Amino acid sequence: MIMNNLILMPVIWPLLTGIILIFFGKKVGIQKVLSLFSSIIGVIIAATVVYRVYHDGMITLAVGSWKAPFGIIIAADMLAALLVLTTTVIGAAILLYSFTGVGKDREHYYYYSIFQFLLVGVNGAFLTGDLFNLFVFFEVMLMASYVLLVLGGTKIQLRETLKYIIVNVLSSALFVISVAYLYSIVGTLNMAQLSERIAEVNQPGIVSVIALSFLVVFGLKAAIFPLFFWLPGAYYAPPIPVIALFGALLTKVGVYSIFRTYTLIFYHDQFFTHTFLGALSLLTIIAGVIGAVAYWDVKKIIIYNIVIAVGVITYGISLMNDQAIAGSIFYLIHDMLIKAALFLLVGVMMKITGTSDLRKMGGLIKQYPYLAWTFFIAAISLAGIPPFSGFAGKLLILQGAVSAESYVGLAVILLSSLMVLYSVMRIFIYGFWGKPAVTKEQPVKQSVEKLLAPAILLVTITIFYGVGTETVYSYISQAVETILDPDIYINTVLGGE
Amino acid sequence: MKNDLILQTITKVAVFIILLFSISIFLGGHYSPGGGFVGGLMTSAAIVLLLLAYDLKTVANILPVDYKLVIGAGLLIAALTVAGAMLFNVPMMTHAYNYFDLPILGKTSLHTAVLFDLGVYLVVVGVTMTIIQTIGEDE
Repeated sequence: MIMNNLILMPVIWPLLTGIILIFFGKKVGIQKVLSLFSSIIGVIIAATVVYRVYHDGMITLAVGSWKAPFGIIIAADMLAALLVLTTTVIGAAILLYSFTGVGKDREHYYYYSIFQFLLVGVNGAFLTGDLFNLFVFFEVMLMASYVLLVLGGTKIQLRETLKYIIVNVLSSALFVISVAYLYSIVGTLNMAQLSERIAEVNQPGIVSVIALSFLVVFGLKAAIFPLFFWLPGAYYAPPIPVIALFGALLTKVGVYSIFRTYTLIFYHDQFFTHTFLGALSLLTIIAGVIGAVAYWDVKKIIIYNIVIAVGVITYGISLMNDQAIAGSIFYLIHDMLIKAALFLLVGVMMKITGTSDLRKMGGLIKQYPYLAWTFFIAAISLAGIPPFSGFAGKLLILQGAVSAESYVGLAVILLSSLMVLYSVMRIFIYGFWGKPAVTKEQPVKQSVEKLLAPAILLVTITIFYGVGTETVYSYISQAVETILDPDIYINTVLGGE
Repeated sequence: MKNDLILQTITKVAVFIILLFSISIFLGGHYSPGGGFVGGLMTSAAIVLLLLAYDLKTVANILPVDYKLVIGAGLLIAALTVAGAMLFNVPMMTHAYNYFDLPILGKTSLHTAVLFDLGVYLVVVGVTMTIIQTIGEDE
């Protein structure tokens, strides 16, 4: 029994760290040491959770000893455990980047504390088994993201934070309304019991409506097609480590919530809900591709690549067969890692050139070969070239599309990969090849090793992730098993002990 | 400066009544309406009344507290109450209570949920006062 407390540790540990960091307000040195130490322990904790779930199956914890439908349940199945591990690894890498990349004026105002609170929200959202608790963790995550977005107080940050907060306050209100509707119909908030009761009434029309309103809520968080309008501006404003954190984690929590609700709770009327989700996903991919190809700004290009990836993953969810679901999970984890790495790399490029405009860069490869080749590997793994990490996920999603006979989706995803490759290779060609850009001040080589190290770390992990597909797949197939058979989830949560 | 004698004299009496009431609400939360949140808000209301009758500097002299640390302390107490359950081999956030014979008060039930509530109380006081002080000091 006591070991089950372990699965709440990924939430409690960063929470305690964040709290303790409050007491060291201006002592940045101590904050750095403490948060680095905490991140390393956090990765170990998350790895232990994955290990335990791999060997013992899904683990649940009845918080406060209140049994399943009545108390809050923390439920770690393989999907949640893997995402928590990915989150903590990315958190550690971005923390390393922040040490040199975020600057004094932010560090003095509780940057590291808020950083930890963001991880609390993300990990909590992945692990919870209760719909309202999911809402609370969403808010923890969003509050932290508001602060990180506005911290520093430049004009563009203030403007974009205003928009971002308005959008998210609206979507949170809609979340509460949707939860209220669902509660008034089935009378429970525990996800397992929700699933059971909706199965009993066989998802009547009103539940499908609620399913769609949840899609709107999570779609706003995850930036799917008509609801992604806030993302390009909001993600453009903050400094690089914050963008990397947002790009890698925040939208993915929305994607994960769609994953959970559409495979665990609303899966009875698939022709209606899942076809709708599939169509929106394909439109998301198209919209993202247009953005990624259109801009000459390195940050904007990567930001629109987030939108594309969200579309690819949700498309995999909408197919609901084992290959596509496995592909989605595979791609989700790959995408979190690679987006963090790409933003950090773009950050290093911007640090060197002092601009994010691609047309003002050039010839970086001569002075910064490590940066260039790391970016090259990250770019081709993003597009899904075979030995690297983006390949297996997309391949599985495509196989899923074939077995679901959805050839439109197949074509859109294949073409989108081409455009993704084009968009990032354009950064490589214009930024790294050619003549060095005409900068009057200093053609002097700057030392960027400290900024580059965490990006190289992440890219190395993705290489292992891609090369070791066979090993990773045994974990992912366990996750797929729970996802496609909701009874496993329900029985573990409601039946256990 | 205008003369605020009446306001300040009444404040001196009222603040203690408000503080006592807020503590009574805080401690009674388990059995009657109230608890950490309302108690904390009412304590901050008492301090706000002081701020209205006097000024930021005087109040900072009366209560030399950094409210940001109060937030931290409150969160720490609550989080440790949650995590502390681990030491007793039970799921986190499991609370315990028992009856004790205390001098003067007699037979009283003491519950660890009060510690959690104390955390909430401190956070609410800290947050409210930080907001009001920060906006008040802003020129």
